[in-house]
Amino acid sequence: MSPVLPLLLAIGLGLAGWLVARARAWTFKRAAPHGRIAALPSYHAWYAALWIVVPLVIWFLVWNGIQGQLVLNYVLASPEAQALPEFGLRRDAMLIEARNIANGIDAQVMNDGAYALAEPFRQAQSRYGLIGLAVSVIIGGAGAAWAFLRLTPDFAARTKVERLVLGALLLASLVAILTTFGILVTLVYETILFFGKVSPIDFLFGLQWNPDPMSSGAVDGDRYGAIPLFWGTLFIGAIIAMIVAIPLGMMSAIYLTQYAHPKLRAWVKPALEVLAGVPTVVYGYFAALTIAPFIRDLAVSMGASNASSESALAAGLVMGVMIIPFVSSMADDSIAAVPQAMRDGSLAMGATTNETIRRVLVPAALPGIVGGVMLAISRAIGETMIVVMAASTAANLSANPLESMTTVTVQIVALLTGEGSFDHPATLAAFALGFVLFMVTLALNFIALRVVKRFREAYE
Amino acid sequence: MVMHDTAQSPLAEQAQSNEAAENVEPTAVKMRARDVSVFYGDKQAINGVDIDVYQEFVTAFIGPSGCGKSTFLRALNRMNDTIPSAKVTGTIELDGEDIYSSGMDVVQLRARVGMVFQKPNPFPKSIYENIAYGPKIHGLAEGKGELDAIVEKSLRRAGLWDEVKDRLQDSGTALSGGQQQRLCIARAIAVDPEVILMDEPCSALDPIATAKIEELIDDLRGNYAIVIVTHSMQQAARVSQRTAFFHLGNLVEYGHTSDIFTNPTQQRTQDYITGRYG
Repeated sequence: MSPVLPLLLAIGLGLAGWLVARARAWTFKRAAPHGRIAALPSYHAWYAALWIVVPLVIWFLVWNGIQGQLVLNYVLASPEAQALPEFGLRRDAMLIEARNIANGIDAQVMNDGAYALAEPFRQAQSRYGLIGLAVSVIIGGAGAAWAFLRLTPDFAARTKVERLVLGALLLASLVAILTTFGILVTLVYETILFFGKVSPIDFLFGLQWNPDPMSSGAVDGDRYGAIPLFWGTLFIGAIIAMIVAIPLGMMSAIYLTQYAHPKLRAWVKPALEVLAGVPTVVYGYFAALTIAPFIRDLAVSMGASNASSESALAAGLVMGVMIIPFVSSMADDSIAAVPQAMRDGSLAMGATTNETIRRVLVPAALPGIVGGVMLAISRAIGETMIVVMAASTAANLSANPLESMTTVTVQIVALLTGEGSFDHPATLAAFALGFVLFMVTLALNFIALRVVKRFREAYE
Repeated sequence: MVMHDTAQSPLAEQAQSNEAAENVEPTAVKMRARDVSVFYGDKQAINGVDIDVYQEFVTAFIGPSGCGKSTFLRALNRMNDTIPSAKVTGTIELDGEDIYSSGMDVVQLRARVGMVFQKPNPFPKSIYENIAYGPKIHGLAEGKGELDAIVEKSLRRAGLWDEVKDRLQDSGTALSGGQQQRLCIARAIAVDPEVILMDEPCSALDPIATAKIEELIDDLRGNYAIVIVTHSMQQAARVSQRTAFFHLGNLVEYGHTSDIFTNPTQQRTQDYITGRYG
């Protein structure tokens, strides 16, 4: 059953219900004293239409999910299915071909046995198609009957529709939450598989990262020490990038909120926010093609012999620039949220603007600023494109920013786009890395949001 | 004019009870304003005001909402500078020195002319740090001992010491509204100003807290020139020796508080204090 037809059916029934309910409500309205009924006729109409369409759509979704399996079970139970080969791939291919023949799809048929199976497929599909249609009609009719029985002049259709709208909105927001949850489940599952092959101790505390996606046989846990990756991520994302982003972001926020003329602010602030909209790939080019060679040449001219063209410094600097708008926009909001009375109070004491900012405004806005910085860090350590393009894949445990380093995200990309098979520990390691990254950014976001919330409460 | 016979009203009695204090001749003019006008963009908020603020006197500015009394108050320590569109013309002198002249350091001016705001605005710091803020930025204390002494002295003068001496490290924002306002007064006193400007300091407070602030203003009078903007005519009558009545940006009448409340020379003043408008 194609999904278009049932949807059209549901919409058609809904429309009919809508029109009928509205007509009925109008008869109530005409008969009522002063023409007043509990809800406008259109609310009655929407009430009826929603009671028809919503259960039907839910039913179609459910039926679509189970119908295929029901058909397959029917076919497998048929005598023709006894001829199917045991070998999984071939068996599946034959079943798919048989279904295509049954549906009249003109696809290539490699297995002659498929023709014999087409007939049971046809039977099963018409049988379950009929069942599905019958249930649809029953559900649609039941919904319509339920709605129409309740339509009276006193019926508060308005509040009922309101509640249905509420339900729809709730459902929409649940999608995002459930997706997060689904991601977590997938990650945890693959991570557990990985930890079945490599011990978590080796992974979390090992100092050597050198997985071999082509290896076979016994897994060498020593190759999966992720400390160099965590260090690289921290060094590039949370140290170098923040050394750039925190001072520049703070200073631009202070300038914009306290010194800039409103006209200038109206122009500079959006310009700064454009930085946040630049695709990270573009920052990646910039880091790899402009900044990295420049830093290498500079380092070589200053006598550093081992300067790499894929230095941690290049990736970190560009990432810091990328993060500036996050820091500055949060700091800007926080400073602007400190009541004017604080500023006036300090200025009236004879403090200069600078003293007022340093001693009153920034301390008062500090929780908001800290929250912004934490969100920025979480963003930086999860950042992929800049480091993929500008940092290397060599896992170095070093504090020299001129050396090449790698990050968790770079390794995830490298492992998942590599040639290892999907159940190889080297591939599974990507999930374990992703899981650790997810946990760290989740914790950072959580703490940051708490801090920002406490800050907001202090001034409202 | 029986209706306007204010001599019997409690307002007039309050004003008269104060007469002993106000009949003392002022020793010195602390601030002198001549032909002061204030503009917000094209809109004129104050029109040609002349006023003298005397040393050791409390001067009250009264008048209906929007009459410009707060605007004029803010002109006295150049707080209007923080509003980009505001412009002040005329001259305002502090001890004979024009505060709008280019040689005047606005930071020093505000240290000499302190201000207390309508809504208590303690900094989100400890009580101690709130008071120590001014002395620290102006370098008035050398070492912790001196700073402690300034903090204690200021809190004592503001009548807050006994209530907070055991919790100086608590946040200033945790105090009650009246205590917060006295903390703000203590904060202003801590930098040892010559003039204290108060912009409706009691409008956010309950009557008991208000009475305490008024008492405090009376105690402080001997050491500073105090200017208070108030909505409450009773308050003006109770605490001030000189009263200025503002209306629509003009200074209508300025004189002894008892005269303003018992024997105003202007019909508009008469109408206002008898409750015809405002």
